[in-house]
Amino acid sequence: MRSKPATTAASRPLSAVLVAGALGVVGLLIVAPLASVFYEAFARGVGAWWGALADDPDTRHAIWLSLTVAPVAVAINTVFGVAAAWLVARFRFPGRSLLISLFDVPFSVSPVVAGLALVLIFGRQGLLGPTLAWLDWKIIFAWPGLVLATTFVTLPLVVRELIPVMEAIGPEEELAAVSLGASGWQVFWRVTLPNIRWALLHGIVLANARAMGEFGAVYVVSGHIAGATDTMPLRVEKLFQEYRQPASMAVASVLAGLALVTLVAKFVIERRLEAESRDLEAARSLPDSLDHTKVEGAVA
Amino acid sequence: MSIHVREISKSFGAFRALDRVSLEVPEGTLLALLGPSGSGKTTLLRIIAGLEFADEGTIEEDGADITARHARDREVGFVFQHYALFRHMSVFENIAFGLRVRKAPNAEVVAKVEELLRLVRLEGLGGRKPAQLSGGQRQRVALARALAIRPKILLLDEPFGALDAKVRVELRQWLRRLHDEIGMTSVFVTHDQEEAFELADTVVVMNHGKIEQQGSPDDVFDHPATPFVMDFLGNVNVYHGRVENGRAFWHGIPIDYPDYPHAQAREARVYLRPHELELSAPAAVANRLGTSLAASILRVVRSGPITRVTCRPHGSEQELQVDVPTEVAHRLQIILEPGTHVAITPRKARVFVPDPEYVI
Repeated sequence: MRSKPATTAASRPLSAVLVAGALGVVGLLIVAPLASVFYEAFARGVGAWWGALADDPDTRHAIWLSLTVAPVAVAINTVFGVAAAWLVARFRFPGRSLLISLFDVPFSVSPVVAGLALVLIFGRQGLLGPTLAWLDWKIIFAWPGLVLATTFVTLPLVVRELIPVMEAIGPEEELAAVSLGASGWQVFWRVTLPNIRWALLHGIVLANARAMGEFGAVYVVSGHIAGATDTMPLRVEKLFQEYRQPASMAVASVLAGLALVTLVAKFVIERRLEAESRDLEAARSLPDSLDHTKVEGAVA
Repeated sequence: MSIHVREISKSFGAFRALDRVSLEVPEGTLLALLGPSGSGKTTLLRIIAGLEFADEGTIEEDGADITARHARDREVGFVFQHYALFRHMSVFENIAFGLRVRKAPNAEVVAKVEELLRLVRLEGLGGRKPAQLSGGQRQRVALARALAIRPKILLLDEPFGALDAKVRVELRQWLRRLHDEIGMTSVFVTHDQEEAFELADTVVVMNHGKIEQQGSPDDVFDHPATPFVMDFLGNVNVYHGRVENGRAFWHGIPIDYPDYPHAQAREARVYLRPHELELSAPAAVANRLGTSLAASILRVVRSGPITRVTCRPHGSEQELQVDVPTEVAHRLQIILEPGTHVAITPRKARVFVPDPEYVI
């Protein structure tokens, strides 16, 4: 204990250097680029910014496409994530650890490779190409391809978020519900879902942010057809390549704004999650010092 | 409702949790499954509840085979070890859960929950969340929740395990009175013999997935059927000796054991409970040579109404535990302190060969 102030005093210059270093890196790599995006976007006023977004039909379409593709991908991920996390957290079966590792593949594979893989399967020359042609379904270079690619890259986000939470909660509450007569759906809606809601929301917010911003995989499967398969990130890049920097920055600012909203949402949800895990801890430990009522004269 | 378990076996991988267990629980009984962890007692309870399914064997309720019946159709109230209360629901909604999923009309739910809150002495706490309750209160919420569905059987998994000592004793007396009042067939699991003996009508001692002994608390305590039961029921002095010609020897003192009349000596274990040994001044038993043992006191520990005396018989390295009621200790003609010479007389001893026991 006596050595503690001495250590702090001795390391004060060091900690100042470290703090300054950290602030410098964050400022240079995160704050400055983000600020410059907004600066460039609004440099000619809000009217010009709005015009850049609203007057170009291709840009309008890109925003619309992103706002439809991302929610569909996130919805697929939500359903898949809950089901997969429940399977992995509640059951022990051969291949379980392999399955958990497979959930992580989209994180370790480059999105471009993921996009190419989808083309190899669903493209016209791909594995399922003849079948899809016969059905007259267009997946690659079309809207379904965008959803597939986006779902692929965001796949781990929901399931990864839920597995540890479900494992921490354990199956006891669900079993209690079953023994009280609840059906499978009743257990899910009344017990499981309320218990995992914040973790699920956290996963959804992260998946949504990633889905909106995805570039690589979508770039490969979209064929980047302006006004048809360009999502917001693709549109930003295209405008930039066409030397239309103000318009490009305007779309970029929408994406960056979305990131900021995500950040706030993430912060709020993470505080709820911490509160929930404290609750769980409290529910496990039994504070009998609080037992004032006891069981005086229990049965009359 | 009566329960009849027939030849139930259950394995988890290579571990045999239950090995052809049969058990009958007559209507209205309060039965304790007593055993160390891993003895299969919780598995048996969960199989009766339908939360686990047996590999072999059948379960009957009032003679009807319910082996394959789903947990939600078994009409069994189950109280989990850590209560498993629904954390995000109020106490009221926890108790109401079983009625809500049955789509009971709201008025009926409210009336029933209010009645149960009164029964478990938690009136006015219906709006609280489980996290705002003490351990004892949560335990009673779990009980009320299980009773709300009007179960025919009540099953409790280590119901007092997570509570502190004082609350545990209070709750256990309360549960006994509650059982006498509602008279529901109940089975509870415990590793605490005191709990089993105080609470239950019938005690079932389990070990390694098998039932070692089953009977009334007095019966099991006074006539342990196996060395395991003897050991498990606590604190016992074990002496590894020999048996021959109908007698076993404990530190040279003969103990009759007519079940083994053969001349060829065999190994036997002699079990003596600390409270079944008597301490006296060596002079007082001088005329009873051959029935008591000369020893010296090593340690004396007073633990409330019992004084625990550790002795070492002369000429032996083994320690011997003797429990003397503190009241009696005050009246003894000897000073209980280390170094005092005493005579130890067994009032009761059990010999396991491992054939049936014999009591002198």
